[in-house]
Amino acid sequence: METMMAIVIGILFSIGVYLLLCQSLLRIILGISIISHATNLLIITMGGLKTGGPPLISDGFFSYTDPLPQALILTAIVINFALTAFLLVLAYRSYAVLGTENMEQLRGNDDE
Amino acid sequence: MGLKNDVILQTVTKVAVFIILAFSIHLFIGGHHNPGGGFVGGLAVVSAFTLLLLAFDLKSLRAGLIINFEILAIVGVLIAVCTGMSSLLFNEPFLNQIFGTINLPILGETEFATAVIFDTGVAFAVLGTALSIITTISEDICKWRQ
Amino acid sequence: MSWLYLITLIPLLYAILVPLFYKYLPRIHTGWFVLPVPVVLFACLMKQIPFVAKGSPFVHTVSWIPSLNINYTTYVDGLALTFGLIITGIGALVVLYSIYYLFKEREELGNFYVYLLLFMGAMLGVVFSDNILVLYMFWELTSVSSFLLIAFWYQRKGSRYGAQKSLLITVFGGFCMFAGFLILANITDTFSIQQMIQHTDKITGHLLFIPAMILILLGAFTKSAQFPFHIWLPDAMEAPTPVSAYLHSATMVKAGIYLIARLTPIFGGNMTWFWLVSGIGLITLFWGSFSAVKQVDLKAMLAYSTISQLGMIVCLLGLGSVAMYYGPGKGTVLYLTAILAAVFHLINHSTFKGSLFMVVGIIDHETGTRDIRRLGGLMSLMPITFTLAIIGSFSMAGLPPFNGFLSKELFFTALLNTSQLEIFHLGKWGLLFPVVAWIASIFTFIYCMIIAFKAFMGKHYPHRLVKKTHEAPWGMLLPPILLAFLIIFFFFNPNVLAQYLIIPAISSILPGFMETGSIEPIKAWHGWTPELFMTMGVVGLGFVLFILLPKWSKLYGWLPVRITLNNIYDQALIVTERISERITRKYMTGFIRDYLSYILLFFVVALGGAILTLNSFTFNPITNSPIRVYEIILCLTLVASALLVLFARNRIVAIIGLGVMGYLITGIFVIFRAPDLALTQLVVETVTTVLFLLCFYFLPKMKKEISKLGFKTSNLLISLGVGFLVTIMALLAQGNRLFLPISWFYENAYELAGAKNIVNAILVDFRGFDTMLEILVFCIGGIGVYTLIKLQLTGRKNNGLKE
Repeated sequence: METMMAIVIGILFSIGVYLLLCQSLLRIILGISIISHATNLLIITMGGLKTGGPPLISDGFFSYTDPLPQALILTAIVINFALTAFLLVLAYRSYAVLGTENMEQLRGNDDE
Repeated sequence: MGLKNDVILQTVTKVAVFIILAFSIHLFIGGHHNPGGGFVGGLAVVSAFTLLLLAFDLKSLRAGLIINFEILAIVGVLIAVCTGMSSLLFNEPFLNQIFGTINLPILGETEFATAVIFDTGVAFAVLGTALSIITTISEDICKWRQ
Repeated sequence: MSWLYLITLIPLLYAILVPLFYKYLPRIHTGWFVLPVPVVLFACLMKQIPFVAKGSPFVHTVSWIPSLNINYTTYVDGLALTFGLIITGIGALVVLYSIYYLFKEREELGNFYVYLLLFMGAMLGVVFSDNILVLYMFWELTSVSSFLLIAFWYQRKGSRYGAQKSLLITVFGGFCMFAGFLILANITDTFSIQQMIQHTDKITGHLLFIPAMILILLGAFTKSAQFPFHIWLPDAMEAPTPVSAYLHSATMVKAGIYLIARLTPIFGGNMTWFWLVSGIGLITLFWGSFSAVKQVDLKAMLAYSTISQLGMIVCLLGLGSVAMYYGPGKGTVLYLTAILAAVFHLINHSTFKGSLFMVVGIIDHETGTRDIRRLGGLMSLMPITFTLAIIGSFSMAGLPPFNGFLSKELFFTALLNTSQLEIFHLGKWGLLFPVVAWIASIFTFIYCMIIAFKAFMGKHYPHRLVKKTHEAPWGMLLPPILLAFLIIFFFFNPNVLAQYLIIPAISSILPGFMETGSIEPIKAWHGWTPELFMTMGVVGLGFVLFILLPKWSKLYGWLPVRITLNNIYDQALIVTERISERITRKYMTGFIRDYLSYILLFFVVALGGAILTLNSFTFNPITNSPIRVYEIILCLTLVASALLVLFARNRIVAIIGLGVMGYLITGIFVIFRAPDLALTQLVVETVTTVLFLLCFYFLPKMKKEISKLGFKTSNLLISLGVGFLVTIMALLAQGNRLFLPISWFYENAYELAGAKNIVNAILVDFRGFDTMLEILVFCIGGIGVYTLIKLQLTGRKNNGLKE
């Protein structure tokens, strides 16, 4: 399972990075979303998969899946929401003001 | 946003919103022992309001809710910080949480943890921020359309 | 006595109060509040003289960074105390002088005195620190405060140019010196100068002995404006005159001399050291005095004369280091004369050059110009200033009855002694020293006469001056009068100074020498010696040349104009700027994709390279958990939905693809026993999809990427590389478990936090601080969105960003 997940994560990263390197701001945001999904999966895979029951203490279980990566990912998911929202607004505001969302044209002035 | 006056969507929404809200409160309160907690609880409320927003429009959402989301977010952060600070008063490290059981008149033996107050702060902050993001964007759309 | 180590910090701490005085007591000149600091420090240091003169230096260590063996050690011996007295004494006079020189209505006095105190503290730190790293820190702090003071009138272009030049040159030297220090520390395994001196034998035989020496000398030479680094000093004259008098003649420029003197016990007695120090000193002595004569600005003339005098002191220190070659003994006492002359002249120079700078400041202040072509006949208008100028410049020229005469005679004695030595190829070249120094002295005499007479004699031209001239206020005259008094006092009582300051200083420059022999007392009249004839020659020839100056000054016109050191400096600066700009433009394209490529390529190369070179790839599938069929399907669908996002032509398709991905990951979380994550992911995915749809209302339709094949190929290669590397990393993490997981601790959640949901307990209790900051970040994201939309800065729309 871990080996398969590693390969899946690698594919997701490749796709995400390719989108990240595109010219269109929209694709960049999509790329970032995919990369963050892949990162979450990477963290949980590194913590070890299915080594026990869900991290809820009850009388039946004595071994639990590592809860720490889960706590990390939970905050990551929520932060990622704020990040995506901010990026989206940034994209459409810059499109509204500057009239383009092509990064090639958003280079800025030479004087800067 | 109410692009169309979709009667079916609106009717379903009226019922579904309350179910989602009830579920989110369950998620929030149960978070201490079962899956859930401040983040999920807050976000579930957000999804309920987002559904309202999609089925009706921003105006009716605003009219129905008298809360200012930006202030709610700040209040949430303040609650979280203050529960952390309060442990300083008892000469404990910052954000030290305690728990115990209290005997309440009707409910009987009830478990109580300061972590829940902290979690309330988290829920408020998430709820306020996420909703203010969504309402701000939809407000901009309304303005754009005019 | 134990508080002496605080003396460096007092000016620095007091500097914090200065802005308050400036702001809340604007009616009183801020200088009056600053004046007590150097006066009190001077008095404190004076009290230390008897202890130090007895030969017991003050040492106090405060451990600062013990793990790195860096201590704040204060070491006050004769040499440090001499410098400390000059710093605080001249400092007090300069502060008093500046009160009348700078107008409280016009100038930013708060800044001025903060910088001045900063400098004072830093300079005291340089001379009192025993730890070389602390010394280096204070050393650079003097450079910085000098930069700030030169640029005090930052509205002027010359000030900014001069400040930059001085900073670039002195900091360059400082870095070199730092490298040299580190070499020394590496050899001796200590940061303390005193301990290094005890381990001199370890250093002398080392391979890096010469490089360390050259690097440290670079620092000393740049700071003390030795040839060819002297070019910053004339430009530093753009600073207010009190600053020039203080930093650029009396104290900061002597830091290099201090360093050379301090390290003589380590390096002295070596041929390279001897020739570098005394040779460069001699060249500087000659070149400075030669260039001074052609100046028309009085302050520039003083700047070159300072360069020349500094060269003389450096040269003397080099000559005196010969004593280390012979070792302590009766015969070597003869060479101690050079060190005696160096320390004596160091003190004398501070007195006469300080007073001369103040005199020039008075002239500038009262007439509005320093150009000797416009000045003349001030003698009757400013009689006191004239007297002071005569005393100062005659002392500098080496005439009796002023202290400069004594040190100049000693200088000649040292030169003549050296010329008779047979070591270090001196038999062949030794005669060079007296001859060059004698010629330089003639030029020194000429410019001293120019300073003394050009402005004061001749005809007065009121129409050439901006202001109506009159004598300066008493507050401005008092400091130079005090210095002039010292000039004469030292001539008549040189041995008081010698006993209490100079001899203790010599015993720290050449440790162990003073015990075996004693220095003859300094005498004004020492018979018809060759030195006296040399002085008479200087005076006679110098006077003739001064009278005939208009006839031969055309000779200076023959000097090359284009190949000056200043031009070389300017050109080098321009060329470096141009090259660095070109290089920067090459990689700073302004295109975000390029920057991302650099980051990702670095990631791939560094991590991949590390894995390859360390040969650390291990693949260990045994611990893998079993795969079910539906899990394979789930993963395949996940990849497919990601590919859908990649190849989508339509925005809605891309969004749906992304949404599907999110929900599939929810499923994966369920399989991986993470119910909290699954719930959160589910809700967040829903809200995010709505958010995407809302925002797409504003965004243009997705276009097909039109770009070159090379662009796409390189992107593809980078992304495949990153993906491959991440896979490798995931497998590595699976195969190698180097440490035990810390998560077992959290399994006690119910006992510790009263919660059965461990993840929630981590979030709100164990790692509550993280969560608190996380919601803060979340709120900041919300504020960002709010600001972007609600507070639109429409005013910038017309600024032509669309171009």
